[in-house]
Amino acid sequence: MQVLVCVKRVPASGGTPQLTDDGVRVDTRNLAFTVGPHEECAVEEAISLVATHGGAVTVLSVGPAEAEEQLRYAISMGADRGVLVDSGADELDPQATASALTAAIRQLESEGGPFDLIMFGNESPDAGNYQVGIRVACALGRAIVGGVKGITIDDDAGTATLHRGVADGVEAYEVTLPAAVAVKEGLNLPRYPSMRGRLRARKAELAEFRARIGTPGTPDTEGGPGAGEPVELVVHRGGLRKLRLRRPAETQSETVLLGHGSEAAPAVVDILEELDVV
Amino acid sequence: MVMNTHTLPDRADVVVIGAGIVGNSLVYHLAQQGWSSIVLLDKGPLPDPGGSTGHASNFIFPVDHSKEITDLTLDSMRQYEQLGVLTTCGGIEIARTDEREEELRRRMSSATAWGIDAELIGPDRAVELMPFMNRDVIRLGFYTPSVAVVDPLQAGALMREQTAASADLTVAANTEVLGIDTVTGPSGQPAVRAIRTDKGDIETETVVVACGVWSPRIAKLAGARIPLTPAVHQMIDVGPIPELAETGAEIAYPIIRDMDALMYERQSGADLEVGSYAHRPILHDPDDIPSLAAAQLSPTQLPFTAEDFDKQMEDALELFGSILDREDSGIRHAINGLLSITPDASPVLGEAPEVNGLWSAAAVWIKEGPGVGRMLAEWMTHGAAEIDLHGADINRFYPSQRGRAHVRARASEGFNKTYGIVHPREQWLSSRPQRISPFYERERELGAEFFEAGGWERPQWYASNRPLLQEMEGYGAEFVHDRPHEWDRRWWSPITNAEHLAMRERVAMIDLSAFAHFDIAGPGAVDYMQRMIMANADRRVGRLIYTPVLAPNGGFRSDLTVIRMAEDRYRVITGGADGARDANWFRRHLPADGSVTFADLTSANCTLGVWGPRARDVLASVTDDDVGNEGFPFATAQYITVGSVPVLALRVSYVGELGWELHAPFEQGRLLWDTIAEAGTPHGILPAGIGVYGTTGRMEKGYRLMGAELTSEYTPVDAGLALKKVKEHDFIGKEGYVRAREQEPVAEMCTLTLDDHRDSSGMRRFPQGGEPILSPGGDRIVDRLGRPSYVTSAGAGPSVGAYLLMAYLPVDVADEGNRLLVQYMGERYPVTVARVGRTPLFDPDDSRMKA
Repeated sequence: MQVLVCVKRVPASGGTPQLTDDGVRVDTRNLAFTVGPHEECAVEEAISLVATHGGAVTVLSVGPAEAEEQLRYAISMGADRGVLVDSGADELDPQATASALTAAIRQLESEGGPFDLIMFGNESPDAGNYQVGIRVACALGRAIVGGVKGITIDDDAGTATLHRGVADGVEAYEVTLPAAVAVKEGLNLPRYPSMRGRLRARKAELAEFRARIGTPGTPDTEGGPGAGEPVELVVHRGGLRKLRLRRPAETQSETVLLGHGSEAAPAVVDILEELDVV
Repeated sequence: MVMNTHTLPDRADVVVIGAGIVGNSLVYHLAQQGWSSIVLLDKGPLPDPGGSTGHASNFIFPVDHSKEITDLTLDSMRQYEQLGVLTTCGGIEIARTDEREEELRRRMSSATAWGIDAELIGPDRAVELMPFMNRDVIRLGFYTPSVAVVDPLQAGALMREQTAASADLTVAANTEVLGIDTVTGPSGQPAVRAIRTDKGDIETETVVVACGVWSPRIAKLAGARIPLTPAVHQMIDVGPIPELAETGAEIAYPIIRDMDALMYERQSGADLEVGSYAHRPILHDPDDIPSLAAAQLSPTQLPFTAEDFDKQMEDALELFGSILDREDSGIRHAINGLLSITPDASPVLGEAPEVNGLWSAAAVWIKEGPGVGRMLAEWMTHGAAEIDLHGADINRFYPSQRGRAHVRARASEGFNKTYGIVHPREQWLSSRPQRISPFYERERELGAEFFEAGGWERPQWYASNRPLLQEMEGYGAEFVHDRPHEWDRRWWSPITNAEHLAMRERVAMIDLSAFAHFDIAGPGAVDYMQRMIMANADRRVGRLIYTPVLAPNGGFRSDLTVIRMAEDRYRVITGGADGARDANWFRRHLPADGSVTFADLTSANCTLGVWGPRARDVLASVTDDDVGNEGFPFATAQYITVGSVPVLALRVSYVGELGWELHAPFEQGRLLWDTIAEAGTPHGILPAGIGVYGTTGRMEKGYRLMGAELTSEYTPVDAGLALKKVKEHDFIGKEGYVRAREQEPVAEMCTLTLDDHRDSSGMRRFPQGGEPILSPGGDRIVDRLGRPSYVTSAGAGPSVGAYLLMAYLPVDVADEGNRLLVQYMGERYPVTVARVGRTPLFDPDDSRMKA
């Protein structure tokens, strides 16, 4: 089976995010980048599915040229190939991202046939807009289930059973392939890349498209690329604009000294009673 | 004790900033030394405040070519062991190349010299000890059974606890230093007065900066500079590896240093940790290190830059493919860890030259931390430490060597030398030239090979003298032919020997502009100089005084020349390599009453030495002043005019020849050079390099060199430099000096000759210094204070027809004619004690100098 995983380059978590002076971005000078936990699980699941059912894993990212690092990371885990849609340094809104992904998937499928399963992280760890996967699936006319924490493939039936946790139990969906799925952390335990995998990924050739912001009404691809030039995909801006980021007020945790030695005992009892544990 | 307090005391005897391994160890040893109120601050939390201590790989290989570093490491290992945080696992350094095999043999010499059990092992034995290695790439191993891993965070916690038991210790984590206030004393030198923090201010006269990679930034708060730069050291953890996991231990196999790949591999539980010093130098600025809040892991564990590590992965896979080359063993942890790199790769310890009471305890590795703490505490308390620390002294840097550009240039050049093969004479190539004498252009025209000393460019030898090799052939091919082994001739030329011989026959001119010159004057000058030097300073005007300068423990601080210029004025002249340390030592001891002034005239004076049997003829032809033996006797100084250059001339010699040091105004140096060169032409004058001045000429005369023969671990009595009488006047180190005189002698400085240069293949080899001297039976020689005999200087003595080695020998071994061995590159060579004590081998009664 052919599995496509869509990933986004985001700053790794840990520490308190610092903002740039203009307040519209996270200052990433001292930060590492990653694909976020949901998407790491998606890559892991895709590699496992292909190991069981055969086929290949393609990883696709829309983002700056540096997103190459995330594609190579996925390859070092075991993905077969990476495709980058270079959208430049500016962040895209979710509609534009979905439009770029859709155009790229159409292009890839026109060359290599349809992907049986297109996988997304449930939401990106930085923007958290919860919509890119759904928009792409809708544009491609495929079923999508979100919040998924379990995937079973029936090769003979050409279906997938998708599980997700809800308040009172587990929901199970059966979808006919090709389909799309948005997965959540906990789906599996993603592997660490092996050293050999890392060296393999370094040498891997990535396919590349270039994204250009177009105007509504024009076709998604215009003309052919020049020799050696990446294919240009025209994408359309959506309505969401980021105005400014604000740091939340710092929550200070103060240590209160309850007393010394046995004289502190009553205060400790008060606290324990307050917490309703005695 | 108050731990983790929010309340700081108003005053403290000492405030130590930084609770890494160095700070924790220092407070412990300060308490041992009797300091009572001690504050330890850190901006980060405890037990891991986020500095380099928290991410270090924590292993210790004790053998280093440097005695100073090895001694600090051995002391640290003893302390870690006493604290119960040391696990011995053994370690093997692997050679993959010929050159590294030779280096491992050299390490074997150092291990023997410093008394560390080690052995060279073949590939089979190496693989027996660490079975996951690829035997095919291993050519030789250097196995040290005592290699260990330690837990420096636990060590720190224990040291804080133990300190609290004996002293008034306040430990304040999460406390940021905002400022260090100083007050300017009568000498104009600022001194620490108080420290300001976000939790309050503390009045104190002593602040120690033990802040690792942040040290430059904290020192700057007081107006001082600590020359180091944060630099990245990459490491990854790969696992799980079932073979390692099943040992059930944190470390059950020896640590491997893959020396040619500049990497190490060590077990860490179920993982193999792979670290590297092979990647490009990646430097950071102390001000750009992320704060604790902004850092993803910790401020000193930066995001891993995988592309810098790819080559190292290939090397690691080649050596450890059997356990690393698996799809189910993953890279579980990878960091760009920050550590401190200095311009010469040594630590930065001691009281900062710019500010009294501000101490640096920076650029220290885990393996040296506790030892540095103990030594620094001794130094802060008694003015000297048991281990000679001159190579780590912060005062060794001239101002031009403390700036950011220089530090970064040298750190970039030095980073890949961390596991490199560094020749003892190896020269730095970056950030040069820094300081050039007025003779520089002339020297370049003559094809000078420049070496660096104290930032100065100094000719080591001159290509223009190559024809002398043929001319001097009659003295023996062994002196004028090149050495057969590349290592022995690296950074060396036989031209030095030819220059030496020509000087002894004719006359040579030597650029000594790297000398440091200080003017000391005022009504208190005589008293002050009496206090500073061992020799009697109250000599008649014009007299030259060669004297040791002692540390408070009676060991050597430096040796230098003093001239009584006037009743109330002295000139002090010291070597280029020691000038910065000496200047700070003299400056710091100026009397508070302002009765003595100190001026550093180094940049005003250049120095040209003129020595050889015809030196008087040359000088007499360009001066009207009397330079005869009566008019200008030995060991005196006079102002004379050479051509049209006013010169302070010193009748003295470090090479044992008739002649003078000519000290001239810097801007007239070129004129002086040309005048002497022209006047010397009929007498066959030649330019000679420092190879003659510092090695061949000096060693034939048995003169001791600061930092080589003279260290704070040896007294003037050991060095044969004790004077007939101890002067009445009190002076620094007097007590130790008198004690040494009264005791039975322990060791004596000796000059030895190498009797046979041939190794087992018949090739002639030349020890370079640092090698152990062994008994005829091959045993290590140690004096009754535990000090080992090793080669302090090595070099040719072309005029005495022998290759010379200098070494301290225990008194019972120090007998002329006694035959011993020297171990060099894995082989042993016979040597004979040619001279015990001060009398030179060449011209023993100094008749040439005094001619």
